[in-house]
Amino acid sequence: MSLLNILILIAAALALRLLFPGKLRRWALLVSSVLAIFWLQPSLPIRQMDFWFPTATLGLVLASWALTAEKEQLKARQNQLAAALALGTVLLLALLRFVSLQGVLTASRPPQFSSVLIALLVIALLAALLVRFLQPTRPALTAGVLLILVIFVLLKTPALASLSSTGLRSLMGQDKSLALPSDLGWLGFSYVAFRLIHTLIDRMNGRLKEMGLDEVLIYTIFFPTFLAGPLDRLQRFRKDLNDPQPLDAEELRTSGTRLAAGLFRKFILADTLALVAIIAANVTQVRSAGWLWLMLAAYSFQLYFDFAGYSDIAIGVGRLLGFTLPENFNHPYRQPNLTQFWNNWHMTLTQWVRGYFFNPVTRALRKNKKLPAPLVIFITQVSTMLVIGLWHGITPNFIIWGLWHGLGLFIHNRWSSYTSPKRAALVTKRPALDKVLHLSGVAFNFVFVSLGWIWFALPTPALALETFGKLFRIA
Amino acid sequence: MTEEKQPETKSTAQFIRNVLVKGLLLFLILNFAVGLIPVGNTWGSLSLYNRVWPGRVRLPFGENPAEAYNLSLYDLEAMFASHEIHAGPKPADEYRIILIGDSATWGTLLEPQDTLSGLINADGLTASDGRTVRAYNLAYPSMSIAKDLMILEKALTYEPDLILWPVTLQSFPNSIQVETPLVANNPQRVIPLIETYDLPLKDDLSAFTQTTYWDRTLIGRRRTLFDALQLQFYGMMWAATGIDQTYPTDYTPAQRDFEADNTAFAGWAPGEMQQADLLTTALRAGASLAGDVPVLVVNEPILVSAGENSAIRYNFFYPRWAYDQYRAWLAEDASLSDWAYLDLWDSVPETEFTNSAVHLTPAGSQAYYEALKPALEQLLAP
Repeated sequence: MSLLNILILIAAALALRLLFPGKLRRWALLVSSVLAIFWLQPSLPIRQMDFWFPTATLGLVLASWALTAEKEQLKARQNQLAAALALGTVLLLALLRFVSLQGVLTASRPPQFSSVLIALLVIALLAALLVRFLQPTRPALTAGVLLILVIFVLLKTPALASLSSTGLRSLMGQDKSLALPSDLGWLGFSYVAFRLIHTLIDRMNGRLKEMGLDEVLIYTIFFPTFLAGPLDRLQRFRKDLNDPQPLDAEELRTSGTRLAAGLFRKFILADTLALVAIIAANVTQVRSAGWLWLMLAAYSFQLYFDFAGYSDIAIGVGRLLGFTLPENFNHPYRQPNLTQFWNNWHMTLTQWVRGYFFNPVTRALRKNKKLPAPLVIFITQVSTMLVIGLWHGITPNFIIWGLWHGLGLFIHNRWSSYTSPKRAALVTKRPALDKVLHLSGVAFNFVFVSLGWIWFALPTPALALETFGKLFRIA
Repeated sequence: MTEEKQPETKSTAQFIRNVLVKGLLLFLILNFAVGLIPVGNTWGSLSLYNRVWPGRVRLPFGENPAEAYNLSLYDLEAMFASHEIHAGPKPADEYRIILIGDSATWGTLLEPQDTLSGLINADGLTASDGRTVRAYNLAYPSMSIAKDLMILEKALTYEPDLILWPVTLQSFPNSIQVETPLVANNPQRVIPLIETYDLPLKDDLSAFTQTTYWDRTLIGRRRTLFDALQLQFYGMMWAATGIDQTYPTDYTPAQRDFEADNTAFAGWAPGEMQQADLLTTALRAGASLAGDVPVLVVNEPILVSAGENSAIRYNFFYPRWAYDQYRAWLAEDASLSDWAYLDLWDSVPETEFTNSAVHLTPAGSQAYYEALKPALEQLLAP
C-alpha cells in the first residue's frame, strides 16, 4: 500500500466517523470496506481478475455466513440489507465500465455489467439456498472450512497456482504459456481465509451463536485490517461495532500517535532498510560475510518495521472508527528466547494458530496416554510452526522456515524445563549474572530468528544454503 | 445493540483545529526557512561516503537504483562528496590524474578495474619525482562538453597534477549542451562559465532550469533531498558489493549496418556543419581553467564499422563526413592551443565495442589504454 493509499484511508475513516454517527456508521463501514477491497486490489495479468477476486471474496463471505446461519436469519431485515448493500455496491462499481473512471476505484475496466449481475445473482441465490436448506451442522461447517483450505492451497502452491492461472487464462482467451503463480494475486485472501475459518469453527463449537451478515461482512473485510491484520476475533470485534469508543480528543491523540508511529516505521524505517536488506538479487553479490550479516540484520528490522508499521496504521485507523483492535507486536526482538519471541511477534496470528491448531492437536495427542510428553510437545510445536510457515506460502523455503522455528521452540522448551529451576534461583541470588544471561538470550534469539529469515526472504533452499555458507565462510 | 456514545464534538473539533493549525504553522516556518538556504550550498557535502562507507570510484549515476545501488542526482556537491577523491587532503606522495568525459570514460558496462582510470591505477605508474600515479574517474555518462567543463571546474579544487579529457564529436554540438539534465539543473555553475569564457551558448540560457525561491523551499527541494538521502543508504550496498551499475549480458549490441540514405549528423546534412556549431571553445576554456595543470585531450576510440553502408557511416553516431571534419578541426584547434592532444579514434578493434559506438569491452578498454600510455608516460616524464 502506498503512502497516498494510506492517507486516503485515514481521511476516509475520519470522514466516515464524523459524517455517519449512530446506526448509519455500520452501513457506511460495510459499503466503504466493499469499496476498499476493490480499490486496493492491484491489476493482474489475467484480464478482469482485479474485479473478480474481490467479488469472490464477498461471495466467499456470504457463503461462509450462510453455512453458519439458521433459516430464520434469511428473513431478518438487517441481513437482507447487508447483502443488498454489499452486492449493490459491486453492481455500482461494475457500472464504472461505462464511465472513464477506471483506475480510480478499480484497477482496470470492470467486466460486462451482465456478467457481474449474473455472478452476483448466483452468489445471492447460493447463499439463500445454503441458509434455506442447510443447517449449521458440524459436517456442513467442516465442508466450509475444507473449501476455504482447498482455495488456500490452490493459491499458495506455486505449481497449483500456475495450473489455476492456466485455466483462468484459457477462460479469458489469454496466452496460457505466460501463466505464472503470481498471476493469482488475490488481495487479502490469507487473512480472509483465517477470519472465515474462525467464524465457522467457533460456530461449530458453539463459541459463536447467531451472526449477522453485516457483522461477518464488516469483520472479514474491515478495510483497516484487510491487508495485513491484526487478525481479530468476531466476538471482540462486534463489541466495538455495536458500541464504539467515542471519538474524543484523547482518542484522536491516541490514534494520531499510532498513525504517526506506523507511518514512520513503514515509510521511513522499513523502506529505508529495504534498500540494504538481503534479497535474492544481492546475496550473491556481497563480497564479505561482515556486510552480509549487516544486510541480514537490516532485513530483520525491515520486516519488523514494515509489518509493525502496518499494524500501527491499522490500529490507528481502527481507533478513528471506534475500534480498539488487538495488538500485533510487542518488542519481539527484545525477547530473551524463541517462545517469548513468538508470544510477541504477529501475536494475533500466533493466537489464532494456537487456538485453532495447537490446542486442539495437543488435546488430541494427550488423550493417548502412551505418548511421552516431550514427543507431544515436539509434534505440536513443529506442526504448529509448519502451519504458520505454510500460511505464508506452500513452498520448500516456508516449510523449512516453519521447521526451523518448530525445532527451535522444541529445543528451547526442553532447555527451559531443564534450566528453569536454576534460573529462578539466580534471579534473587545473582541478579547481575541473571541480567547478563538475559541479554545474551536476547542477542542469541535475535541471531537465531534472523538466520531463520534467510529461508523466509530467499526463494530457493539452494540460495538460502549458499547464503548460510557465505555468512559462516563455508566454501 | 447499544447506541453509539455521543462524542464530545466541541472539544474534538477544537483539538483537531489546534493540531492542524499548529502543525501547518510549524511546517510553513520550516519550509520557508529552508528556502533561504542557497541552492548547491553546504548540505550537499554532508555525506556518509568516505566516513562510514568507502567513497565511490565513479560519480553517482544510475537509472535502476534498486539493482545498481546507485542513482543520478544533480547536486554536484553531493556527487563529489560521495566520490573517493573527497576522502581527504591529497597525499604528498600522490601524482593525481583526473579523468573527465562521457559514459565511455565513466565506464558503462565496465567494472571499475576495467575503466581507463582503473587500468591506469593497476599499472603502478610513477611520476618523474617518484610520486605514485593515482587516477580518479570523474567522468559522467552524458554527452556534453559543457558538462565536462562544469565538472572540471569543481575537480580542480582537488589539486590534480594532470587532466585527462577524452572527448567525442557527439559531445560538441552547441544545441545539446544545455539539454543535459546535469547542466540544465546547475545554472549557477554553468552560466558564469559561459560568461567568463564567452562560450557561444548565451542564446540557450532560457533552457536552464530556473530556480525560484519556491524551488528552494523544503517542498521544492523534496526530490533533491530524497535522492541525496537515498544515495547515502545505497552506500552500504556499494561497500558490500562493489557494484555501481547493472551489467546486463543481453544488451543490444551497437549498430553495424546502416541505411544508404542515413547521412545526417545532429540534423545537419553533409557539408552543413560549421565549426562554430561545435563547442570546441570549451576545450580552450578548460585549459584556461586548469592554469598550470597540463590537460591532455583525447579523441576517444569509436566503433569503425565494416558493415552495410559503412562507407557512409562509421557507426550509429557518426557519418564519415561529419566525423572526419570534426577530427580535422580538433587537430587544428589543438595545434593552436596550449592543451596536448591525442587522436585515438581508431585504436580499438570493431569487435571490442558493447552497446554503443563508444562503449568498450574490457579488452577494448585495455587496447585503448595501451594506445594512450606512451603519451601519458611522456607527460609524467620531466
